[in-house]
Amino acid sequence: MVEGPARVDLVTTLAPPPPPDLASVRRKLVLDGLGIVVSAVGFGFVYGLTARTVAGFSPIDVMAMSVFAFAGAAQFAAVGYVASGVPWAVIGILTGLLNARHVLYSAALAPWFRGRSFGERAVAAHVLTDEAFALSIAHFRRLGRFDAFGYWFAAIGVTFIPWFFATLAGVLIGDAIVDPERLGIDVIFPAAMAGLAVGLITGRRELVAAVVGATVGVLVSLAVSTTVGVIAGGVVGPAVGLLVPAATAGETAPIGGEASADHYGMQGYVDRPEADKP
Amino acid sequence: MSAEYVPLAIIMFVFTYPSRAVGLLAPAIDRLPRQVLAYLQLVGPAVLAALAAVDIMVGVENGESYFTIGLPWLSVGACIALVWWRKNLFLGLAAAIAIAIVGRALGFA
Repeated sequence: MVEGPARVDLVTTLAPPPPPDLASVRRKLVLDGLGIVVSAVGFGFVYGLTARTVAGFSPIDVMAMSVFAFAGAAQFAAVGYVASGVPWAVIGILTGLLNARHVLYSAALAPWFRGRSFGERAVAAHVLTDEAFALSIAHFRRLGRFDAFGYWFAAIGVTFIPWFFATLAGVLIGDAIVDPERLGIDVIFPAAMAGLAVGLITGRRELVAAVVGATVGVLVSLAVSTTVGVIAGGVVGPAVGLLVPAATAGETAPIGGEASADHYGMQGYVDRPEADKP
Repeated sequence: MSAEYVPLAIIMFVFTYPSRAVGLLAPAIDRLPRQVLAYLQLVGPAVLAALAAVDIMVGVENGESYFTIGLPWLSVGACIALVWWRKNLFLGLAAAIAIAIVGRALGFA
């Protein structure tokens, strides 16, 4: 293993499994994908509805968000920002912070994409979401190699397409919703944010970061403003989370170690010198 | 039909795409200090939790922030519990909405 903080090698060493049956592995991917479709449709629909009723987004606005940003949590958050009058530049920065976790997904997927064209990797990056990452990396792991069908099915077939059309459906019937509170529309945003946060908590560090982020967010919001509060929570929470000793964090590092490899579903992943690479 | 927020969508793309592409297009990502990567991993839970907490606990009236308790606490709490237990966001959202609808039908705020 190379010492020092500036060098973490990503190597995937796959134990010799029995020859995988491509058809059965893909069938498993499709079955797993159905749950994501249901989630994307439900979440996308309420996003479109919320964007329309809370922030006054038009169908074109919602479609543009779903095509260009294509980030459920960030899109939902942007509705709240817009409704609160947050400047667009700040929304951009907050969006970048909120989506910073994609750096880790991208880094974790990189070994599987070795040898693929620059163009393919560039497009794949745009449709990289929580769902696409979770489905595709599990698929590659089961298969023991990259499968283009698997990635595009996960990223576009069960995530982008259902999300896009569900958000469009949500915004198109937004006018029909007379009293959003009676239909519980107002709780969808905080519930979705909290639910997504729970989904990202895989160890004590994430838990501490979330609890501290929420606490700091509320306290600073009461003292200053809600916009500053959310930013403060997002900056301070992770810093405090890092104070959790690695030995009790549930994982040793985001990438680069066996615990984190397991976290990302990369079976057989090891961190070792260049000379040992296959 | 308005396209007022299309530029905002493009701004969000500009701030989102680099994080998605850096690992796939720039292998040097694996040379970032581990502490930086560890920090990035924690940003998502912290920001999302802050958004949720501020939304249900802080009200704003005439520019003044105040602490608030209400039915959304129960809705969001149920969503958190269900997502934690069943690993299903859709189920959590459905429960949160159902609690809000029933609660308001019964006269709770």
